[in-house]
Amino acid sequence: MWTTLVRERAVSSLPPEKLLPDRQPSYVSSWIYVFGVATIAALIVVVISGMILGLGGPTWWHTTSLGRFFNGIHLWGVEIFFFAMVVHLWGKFFMGAWRGGRGRTWVTGATTFLIAIGAAFTGYLSQQNFDSQWIASEGKDGLNSVGIGAFFNVANFGQMYTFHVILLPVAVMALVVWHVLLVRRHGVVPPYPAKSSLGPGPASPPGEGSAP
Amino acid sequence: MELPTPAFGAVFDLSHEAHYVHWHFFQMSVANVVVIVLMIAVFAAAILVPFPKRGRVE
Repeated sequence: MWTTLVRERAVSSLPPEKLLPDRQPSYVSSWIYVFGVATIAALIVVVISGMILGLGGPTWWHTTSLGRFFNGIHLWGVEIFFFAMVVHLWGKFFMGAWRGGRGRTWVTGATTFLIAIGAAFTGYLSQQNFDSQWIASEGKDGLNSVGIGAFFNVANFGQMYTFHVILLPVAVMALVVWHVLLVRRHGVVPPYPAKSSLGPGPASPPGEGSAP
Repeated sequence: MELPTPAFGAVFDLSHEAHYVHWHFFQMSVANVVVIVLMIAVFAAAILVPFPKRGRVE
């Protein structure tokens, strides 16, 4: 049966002790490893505050104290999300985190970053104030210049709002889940081998994540 | 509609024009430059600041 096949494949690629580990390699004891989970924590705040804003709508988030508070939480959550994500990106780049068969982990992360930029842009367009009107008119020039202005119409609030509240968040969250599952599967990349008098060490450490 | 006034003013004066850093085609608000400098500082700190050691060795 297909359910057996799916279950066996899932369990073989991600057994419980890999899916929910209770130990980590010693080299993970560094503050640089905090920024991935900090990004996810910020994303959770952004999604929940976004849902609350969606329940209230533009008039609520502009004219009531509680609405403006959640508007602020949503904005500052996004600021912290991008801050943490970019520091995470810098850390992963300089430690060559794509090594040892971790190419897909890198690609899912980079793709999440690009889609999150789109989500932030559509969010800026969805404010329903003069700022968003200005951003729409300026953005229209840019998108028209690369030929996609007819398909992605920044003056179409319905389209931009829909991209912002459902299409792009679903894409971001699906990619984040895939990204984390890949990290669980392949382990955290070990550091670059230290130079030794015996000659160059292995260029690509094994995919299991154990220290060389 | 009468909007309720905030209980406290903004930490920074939000009423004046923003300041920009301008160099050839590159233009960015001072606030944005500050955020980027802060990100670089946090990155350096994350690498250099020692992580608290736990008693148990993995």
